[in-house]
Amino acid sequence: MREVAVIGLGMTKWGELWEKSLRTIFVEAALLALDDAGVEKIDSMYIGCMSSGLFIGQEHLASLLADYLSQVPTPSARVESACASGGLALRMGFIDVASGMSDVVLVGGVEKMTDVSGHEATYALGTAADQEYEGFHGITFPGLYALIARAHMEKYGTTREQLAMVAVKNHHNGSKNPLAQFPYEITVDSVLNSVMVADPLRILDCSPITDGAAAVVLCPVEMARKMKKPVVKIIGSGHATDSIALSSRKDITWLEATFQAAKKAYSMANKEPKDMHVIEVHDCFTIAEICVTEALGLVEKGKGGEAVELGVTSLGGKIPVNTSGGLKAKGHPVGATGVAQVVEIVKQLRGEAGERQVKGARVGMTQNMGGSGGSTLVHILERE
Amino acid sequence: MEGIVGYGAYVPRNRIKVEEIAKVWGADAPSYKKGLLLEEKSVPSPDQDTITMAVEASKNALKRAQINPTEIGAVYVGSESHPYAVKPSGTVLAEAIGTTPEVHTADLEFACKAGTEGMFVALSLVKAGEIKYGLAVGADTSQGAPGDALEYTAAAGAAAFIFGREKLIAKALETYSYMTDTPDFWRREYQFYPQHGGRFTGEPAYFKHVIGAAEGIMKKARMKPKDFDYVIFHQPNGKFPFRVGSLLGFEKKQIEPGWLVNKLGNTYSGSSPMGLTATLDISKPGDKVLIVSYGSGAGSDAFIFEVTERIDEARDLAPRTRELLDKNKRYLDYGVYAKFRQKIKKAV
Repeated sequence: MREVAVIGLGMTKWGELWEKSLRTIFVEAALLALDDAGVEKIDSMYIGCMSSGLFIGQEHLASLLADYLSQVPTPSARVESACASGGLALRMGFIDVASGMSDVVLVGGVEKMTDVSGHEATYALGTAADQEYEGFHGITFPGLYALIARAHMEKYGTTREQLAMVAVKNHHNGSKNPLAQFPYEITVDSVLNSVMVADPLRILDCSPITDGAAAVVLCPVEMARKMKKPVVKIIGSGHATDSIALSSRKDITWLEATFQAAKKAYSMANKEPKDMHVIEVHDCFTIAEICVTEALGLVEKGKGGEAVELGVTSLGGKIPVNTSGGLKAKGHPVGATGVAQVVEIVKQLRGEAGERQVKGARVGMTQNMGGSGGSTLVHILERE
Repeated sequence: MEGIVGYGAYVPRNRIKVEEIAKVWGADAPSYKKGLLLEEKSVPSPDQDTITMAVEASKNALKRAQINPTEIGAVYVGSESHPYAVKPSGTVLAEAIGTTPEVHTADLEFACKAGTEGMFVALSLVKAGEIKYGLAVGADTSQGAPGDALEYTAAAGAAAFIFGREKLIAKALETYSYMTDTPDFWRREYQFYPQHGGRFTGEPAYFKHVIGAAEGIMKKARMKPKDFDYVIFHQPNGKFPFRVGSLLGFEKKQIEPGWLVNKLGNTYSGSSPMGLTATLDISKPGDKVLIVSYGSGAGSDAFIFEVTERIDEARDLAPRTRELLDKNKRYLDYGVYAKFRQKIKKAV
């Protein structure tokens, strides 16, 4: 296997981008990534997108986006793994370059979610759950994560305030990210007094509906070393699955797919949780970040809430989590999220993260998951 | 100089509280009350419609204008709830107040800005010298689909203005309109309830057009927010007028006298015109007033008025708008409200 580097980053401002279509936001991010990498032609491309069919009535994205990026006849593939589609696209690109099949690969993620009503968006997202065992019984994603939250609170004594602190921390970080959908601070009180969605989760515990795209360019490390930018390598890639229905899991407070994917990534990278300097995780709901930090081995099982409260995962803490603002403040265009996490980590490792820079960060990690944890991608990156 | 010679409003006496609607739908009443600054809305009785309310408001305008109705050369009714799809509201109104037969009439429709459209046309015909007086009414018995966010605001009310050249209550100093094709809210023929684009009705629709019209008219008139004593913006909920006001540089105290939505709801074509009638009720001679409407689809009309000395003698010739809003209220439960609004119908 060849070593793989990330040489180009592209992301535009996320939010309710009513004046732009999916192809436009994708092409804008992809062009930024190609410019950053200093390349014009690519050997192949992978697109992470969860549900363009339900959101905008468009499938066959791989060719459409290759065409609008002026890259046809370059091979292009769209991959889907619900909200982990972006992370999966990165893994496909990584495998392509590592195997020697391609040299320069564009990995993009995109989702256009605001062209439909909130009800339709909730339905589209709900297709990431097990329709026969969950969806048809009426539950939606906030409901599933509310069950996880309630169970975590019962089992480990995690408090309502600790859940709120995840959102407060991520908004604090997001306030330093000009590309974030909601780049401003919130307070524990405002979370606790926001509209109830699914007890105990309130609206400010939930990531938003977002339009957005992100892209990165990958190439072999030898090629990257000839360029002027700091070389950031992907040194670990882990991918794992779990039952997508919560009812099939032994313990709904434990994200087994995240644990398994992390195990593989740590092993490939020859690193341990304590080696990570900066981490982006999938905080689709506040409880998700708590469970993920536990499954990644960053904190002890059951101590995710306490870690947030003690500031361990804050910017300036021992293991800063979601310096970009996370899904909560940066936004969550589902297919783009996994790629944007890599954009943030590479910015951090290059030392280009501005006000939210983690000083001296050399090793970083991303964790991107689908549904309520039925699929997870973990990547570990290191600056040479 | 042209301007307003008479104005009047009308509000039905029925009200329903936000809590009463939220209770039925299992919705979070505090978020509507705190988030959108809403408390209750007006509801028309079963025998009230846009035409009956237009007549009531016009009679109040005539009381203040003290003119002979036969001298009114044009009657315009702006509404998105004209009782007939074919057959004008304006003919009934014109007949009821005694302006027929030498009169031009038209019904206008542009979501919530049909009222100010009528004002623009009536004022323009007076300016052109085609008519001595022109009457414009904004009136609606708006419907919100059961359980939809709009059900908490869709209300009923009317405002009427008579424009002329003499004995003015307020001089019309400037007008300006700003419009694009922006489909944020609509109702197709044969549909009972309108549909809307959710959050799309905010930034690209309401805010873009209200700000566009307000900035346009201030530039045209070479005036700044501090030059106005009062400002009225369309009031689809309690929050939007204050937010757009602060974005434009207006202060709360300039907006508050014409801000009725917390107790009235959104009376659609009547909304900003009723804000103007309430503001004129408390104005002093020399006060400058800016009004900016908003209609989905989408556009805004803006007017600048300067209140004259005649306000002091005309003000109490008809009921003040706040008086109509605060007195003689009757609270409905959701069942009776549903019947009044024909959301449920008796089997026959």
